[in-house]
Amino acid sequence: METLKELIKYCEDVAFDLNFTKAKEWKIQDKSRVLVGFMPIYFPREIVHAANGLAVGILGGGDKKQIFKGDAYYQSYICHMPRGIVELALDKHFEEFDGFIFPSICDVIRNLSGMFRLFKLGRFIKYLDFPQNFQSHIGGTYYQHELQSILDYIYEINGVEITAERLNNSISLFNKNRELTNKIYEIRQSFPWRMTAADLYNVVRAGYVMPVEEHNIILDRIISYLNEDIGNPLDKIRVLVIGAFCEQPPLGLIRTIEMAGCYIVEDDFLLGARWIQGNVDTRTDKPLETLCNTYLSQSTFSSSVYDADNPKENRLLKQFSDRKADGIIFAAPSFCDPALLDHPILQKACNDNNIRYISFLFSENTGQFKVIKEQVGTFSDSIKLWEV
Amino acid sequence: MSKEVKKEKSMVIQKEMIANLFKELSNARETGKKVVYTFVPGNISELILSFDMLPVYPEINALQSGMRKKSGGFILDAEKTGHSEDVCTYVKCDVGMLLNGNIGPTGEKIPNPDLLLLSYTGCFTFMKWFETLKRLYPGVEVAMLHTPYQEGGKITPEMTEYMVKQLKEEVIPKMEKVSGKKYDEEKLKSLLKNTSKTEETILKIFETTKNRPSPIDAYFAGVYYIGPINSGFRGTADAVSYYEELLKEILERVDNGLGPITPEGEMEHERFRLVVEGPPNWTHFREFWKLFYDMGAVIVASSYTKVGGVYDLGFRVDPEQPLESLSKYCMNCYTNLNLEQRVDLLSKHIQDYQADGFLVNSIKSCNSFSAGQLMIMNQLESRLEIPVGFIESDLVDPRYFSYSNIKNRLESFFQMLEQRKIILSR
Ligand code: SF4
Ligand code: SF4
Repeated sequence: METLKELIKYCEDVAFDLNFTKAKEWKIQDKSRVLVGFMPIYFPREIVHAANGLAVGILGGGDKKQIFKGDAYYQSYICHMPRGIVELALDKHFEEFDGFIFPSICDVIRNLSGMFRLFKLGRFIKYLDFPQNFQSHIGGTYYQHELQSILDYIYEINGVEITAERLNNSISLFNKNRELTNKIYEIRQSFPWRMTAADLYNVVRAGYVMPVEEHNIILDRIISYLNEDIGNPLDKIRVLVIGAFCEQPPLGLIRTIEMAGCYIVEDDFLLGARWIQGNVDTRTDKPLETLCNTYLSQSTFSSSVYDADNPKENRLLKQFSDRKADGIIFAAPSFCDPALLDHPILQKACNDNNIRYISFLFSENTGQFKVIKEQVGTFSDSIKLWEV
Repeated sequence: MSKEVKKEKSMVIQKEMIANLFKELSNARETGKKVVYTFVPGNISELILSFDMLPVYPEINALQSGMRKKSGGFILDAEKTGHSEDVCTYVKCDVGMLLNGNIGPTGEKIPNPDLLLLSYTGCFTFMKWFETLKRLYPGVEVAMLHTPYQEGGKITPEMTEYMVKQLKEEVIPKMEKVSGKKYDEEKLKSLLKNTSKTEETILKIFETTKNRPSPIDAYFAGVYYIGPINSGFRGTADAVSYYEELLKEILERVDNGLGPITPEGEMEHERFRLVVEGPPNWTHFREFWKLFYDMGAVIVASSYTKVGGVYDLGFRVDPEQPLESLSKYCMNCYTNLNLEQRVDLLSKHIQDYQADGFLVNSIKSCNSFSAGQLMIMNQLESRLEIPVGFIESDLVDPRYFSYSNIKNRLESFFQMLEQRKIILSR
């Protein structure tokens, strides 16, 4: 059995393999398998799994891909992530992908779906318009049609029929995946020194590009390591990092926050992996409907979802107290309208509740962290001094 | 000294219509009329008016603040309260205006909303904007109308059904609650009859640019022409007569072989015909327009005049299907079209209106327009082999208007157009 270090290294390699080798190797083993790329934040991967497919997270080029062509398609005041994605597409990193899903989170992603259409990539392009109406017979019905249209596209490619049993089975695998991921967060809640946030990030991100069955095994093994009394507690403050749900922070940034004196005990980096709160019921004979209704009633909060009756600031405050955090770091990608337009709302809630916070902007290819390190270091010192 | 702007009868009518609306708004508390804040793209004014409520469009207030040179201060005030420099300046301008007492363009206070009607056709920022307003006006009712995007290039029955259900079960009940009136479908139908006439006339107005010289500028003057339908007059008899008068005036110009009226006077020599994509800059609107006037450039079609509805592709409201019509209207607005559809529409305009070039005014604030614009340019250039130009500015943030930059870029663009003309004439 691999050591914890080996498992994490393996995850990091898979997670940042911009050729998606793991996913492509999986696909060639069986002619009826399909690969479906999806953009942030959340996509119900269960349905692709049930159709004998692998939904692969596309999270940009990060700091691992130099941008030449992508910049020609985006003005300087648009976030970085879509440039990375266009660069990957034009450099043929998505060659074996059958289709692409663009969840409705912002205008940039929405228009990127149009660019993929114009580039004629894959065999289908689907902009998945999540309902902003949360009643099951209105938004739920509409959402079911949206998901069904994806299944229809896949059926046209591989002819795989989805039965209730198949879909329930897939749902239960992803239930398990979320349970295991949440379990690691829970362990880190009490013992954050047992695994760094950067390592956790690698482990969760690997799950975006490999079969869920394999990822579940890895998570299980990691949990057994983390249940041991490993590592030594350090004098660090506990923080939530909020705002990086779409364009991902470079690993160096996560490490910088940690090195500057913080335990990241909650984050929204790869929010899609933990989007549904709790399990989806697997005992129904209408699993697609169940999956849709669960989205309506059990989603986490996010800048891309209208927070009609459940204000996001209250949910952030709850998360802050549940995680027994000392402060919040608002880290948003430059030019990210959804994240940045939420900041005044969330920061007002922090001010009203005497929660200390800092904020800064990043981009997926940020390479210099000196300023951020100083800012976070000062923040953590000030909180520690305050506590004394 | 700047020249006097020549006033046509339609301009006077429009001014009066808008002044009356703001007067009504400022008296709303006394008259008991309820006030609905909503947005331009997919604005369902007819439904609001059928409940005798008054619409307010925060975007229109923002652009007016830009034109009145007030937006810069408002934006700074919003930034002081934590709004990022990087986001849509319409939102910040609106927040800043609120922080400064919500005084509208006519100098009267705009009343607080009784209902926030959140229809966010073609732009996510609208949703964020109303999340902000919801907190600035605590306790105010909010009705959400989610308009599905035409991602597949068409409107499916499921999309329409989803919207109609939202109208029936979410929007109309909230309007009934706020206004204290029952939904009156007959009244809505009669308003929609006016809309359908208006849509037809608007199309005819914008089609007059097929003439040489074009009698109007479909961008700079175009934004005035779409003013009434985008600021609460869709469905009114006033809108019908305004547009009929406007069309009459324009047709007279066609008969007399006249070019567009501009703030600098009539354009006497049309040198270049352009199609423009993207919103204009409001803070330096007149200077911006003058740059084109000085070069003899006329805009024969623009996408921005279609944010509040696209009529060129045959869509008309059907008064006998009122809720379906409102839904389809929302889904048909320009920014709710996918990029392929936008490219097709712009390409059709370039050909139908015999444009010499295509120009993008890329707006820093507006991802809804800007993300993908370079792709649109690229597609049109290779599809039609026409010169394309690119300038950058912002809607209402004066910090992002660089006169010399824009002028330089436009000069090179016009040189390119000139050279092409010479080559083609050989
Ligand atoms: S980083 Fe923000 S603006 Fe950019 S694609 Fe993601 S959500 Fe949209
Ligand atoms: S992003 Fe563009 S369309 Fe959206 S509110 Fe701002 S200016 Fe309007």
